[in-house]
Amino acid sequence: MTSVLEIRNLHVSVADKPILKGVNLLVKQGEVHALMGPNGTGKSTLAYTLMGHPLYVVTGGQVIFKGVDLLELAPDERSRLGLFLAFQYPVAIPGVSVANFLRTALNARRRAANPADKGIPIPEFRKLLKAKMDMLQVSHDFAGRYLNDGFSGGEKKRAEILQMATLDPEIAVLDETDSGLDIDALRIVAEGVNKLAGPNMGALVITHYQRILNYIKPNVVHIMLGGQIVESGEADLALHLEERGYDWVREKYQEKAEA
Amino acid sequence: MMTDVVAAPRPVYPRTIITTKRKAEPAAPFELKFTDADVKSLSAACKDPAWLARRRRAAWKLYHSIPMPRLNDEAWRRTDLRPFKWHEAELSALNASAGRRPVPTAFLKPLVGKEQGGQLAINGGKVESRHFDAALRRKGVVFTDFAAAAVKHEALVKKYMGKAVKADEGKFAAMAESLMDSGIFLYVPKNVEVALPLHSVLWASAQSQFTRVLVVLEEGASVTYVHELASPEGATAPTLHAGIVELVVGKNASLKFVELQSLGLNVWNFTHERAIAGAGAKLDWVFSAIGSHVTKNFSEIDLNGDGGWGRMSGFYFAEGDQHLDHDTQQNHNAPHTTSDLLFKGALRDQSRSVWQGMIYVAPGAQKADGYQANRNLVLSKSARADSIPGLEILADDVRCTHGATVGQLEEEHIFYLMSRGVPRPEAQKVVVDGFFDPIMQRIAFDGVIARLKKSIETKMARSGSGE
Repeated sequence: MTSVLEIRNLHVSVADKPILKGVNLLVKQGEVHALMGPNGTGKSTLAYTLMGHPLYVVTGGQVIFKGVDLLELAPDERSRLGLFLAFQYPVAIPGVSVANFLRTALNARRRAANPADKGIPIPEFRKLLKAKMDMLQVSHDFAGRYLNDGFSGGEKKRAEILQMATLDPEIAVLDETDSGLDIDALRIVAEGVNKLAGPNMGALVITHYQRILNYIKPNVVHIMLGGQIVESGEADLALHLEERGYDWVREKYQEKAEA
Repeated sequence: MMTDVVAAPRPVYPRTIITTKRKAEPAAPFELKFTDADVKSLSAACKDPAWLARRRRAAWKLYHSIPMPRLNDEAWRRTDLRPFKWHEAELSALNASAGRRPVPTAFLKPLVGKEQGGQLAINGGKVESRHFDAALRRKGVVFTDFAAAAVKHEALVKKYMGKAVKADEGKFAAMAESLMDSGIFLYVPKNVEVALPLHSVLWASAQSQFTRVLVVLEEGASVTYVHELASPEGATAPTLHAGIVELVVGKNASLKFVELQSLGLNVWNFTHERAIAGAGAKLDWVFSAIGSHVTKNFSEIDLNGDGGWGRMSGFYFAEGDQHLDHDTQQNHNAPHTTSDLLFKGALRDQSRSVWQGMIYVAPGAQKADGYQANRNLVLSKSARADSIPGLEILADDVRCTHGATVGQLEEEHIFYLMSRGVPRPEAQKVVVDGFFDPIMQRIAFDGVIARLKKSIETKMARSGSGE
């Protein structure tokens, strides 16, 4: 059965300030959606809210994922249900290697499914991680490095994609994964996403710029403004934005832009 | 002056807390109740040779000349001795020790590699088990209990006892020397390399325990030695341990010393420990403090010869009402000496830790290189860590750096780990494990690491007012 993430009239506040003002969106496994919009319109707020960050307070609406009320779940439960967030600013966890961390995350999944599970055998895990690193053209020494600690911007984003590849989500939200990357890093990261997106994974690619969409071809493009999705269309909507910027959107939805 | 002082973010400086409670008089009598006759009886019970009995009596005199430390003594500002009922402590060696349970087998497993050159377990002052490689004995290595050594190796013990820690250094040094009821003596002769590690366990099962560890490496000798100080878990009656640890590391000798403290949460633990290292000597000293109710530990390295190297790595994890106070000093008394200290600790519940460190560079100790860092992870609102680094540099061509930090678990870290499917308690444990990783890297002995990781797991899993 195809997994569906459905966002219904979602309202979210941060520190009592309303940011999302009624977001509606439906992402299915196997689809790639791009969510675009000027800075400060609530794109990252949507990403954090979907993952359950404690600072983002839902004041109205619903999010249903695989028939489950997502908002009732803790972040770890959301992850184990098949949701993934690639962070715009992943934090460094000193002293914890990429490999150890991923093994802990995989084992948490196995143990949630079966409390008696002994954890993934180390040889099997090594093989799995090696395959994922090869697929994403990540050098093997990545596995032994402390998670995001001293990573360059590009390495951090690649580490996010490696985590995504290893955890095998059904719906992935990529929060400005393209920001801060040079064109080569962008291409490598985008290729990684393309390898993973397919019948088994749906993606919501949040971006400010159109350029990542030269590499990742979305089925649908949404434009967010003032905490709502104001336009949805096919891939050429992104090209339209590239040519004309966001001004025409602001003009068209002046009220919302000023809200 | 090429003194390079690099402080880490969020330094913690000494704070002065003045409350009326600090000035309150302790309940009298603020002293042990033992008489000169008791000390004589102790000497007899321990079968002291005459010279040791004299040392004991001299230390007992010293003990009485030093008042019990108060909060207005600089080194004792943060550790309050008043709640302990000193006059109720007994001399265990004078009492029958029938019905003592054996040392738990968990403490008798080798912690470094699979094989050991020797193991010595002392339970409540009495040797419970011993094993020592005959080939090492033939090479002149001595590894035995202190009482036996004082008789069979009188000349050696006499020569080195008190070389590193003197009875007049403080109340508890005098206490430990005068009231000693058990101890360990390890001697490695010149140029002897002990390939297999040695292991000793002081199981402090008696109501009070006074111990001494004396380790001597002659020129060019080398050994890895794991020493454990532990006592029954779950005991509740307040109990006293005072101890001395002396490490004498000769010219170009190399000592790896791992010291694990797992005393019960009822124990008040006081130690004076010092290593003296000769020219070209190498000392790799690992401390772990898991247990005790109160610990006040003075640990110093004296780098007395050109090119000496000393590393101190400390691990502590306090919970409940534990109070762990470590006072460290790195003394660069000679040129080209290097010291490197890293103490890392976590605290939960309403526990408290104190680390006060000093790097001292003597006049003329040029090209000395000293480093000290103390990092604390405070896991609850009511726990508190005090971290007080210090430098005293009297030479002008040295490099000394230090840093001290007290941090909390960051919610952003926990959220990030949880977003990958890891439940909150496990996410917290991942961050704590990561915090301790730099210490584990320095320890490099799998068995010791496993023991410390187990203690982290146990302490993290314990229910209580963790948050």
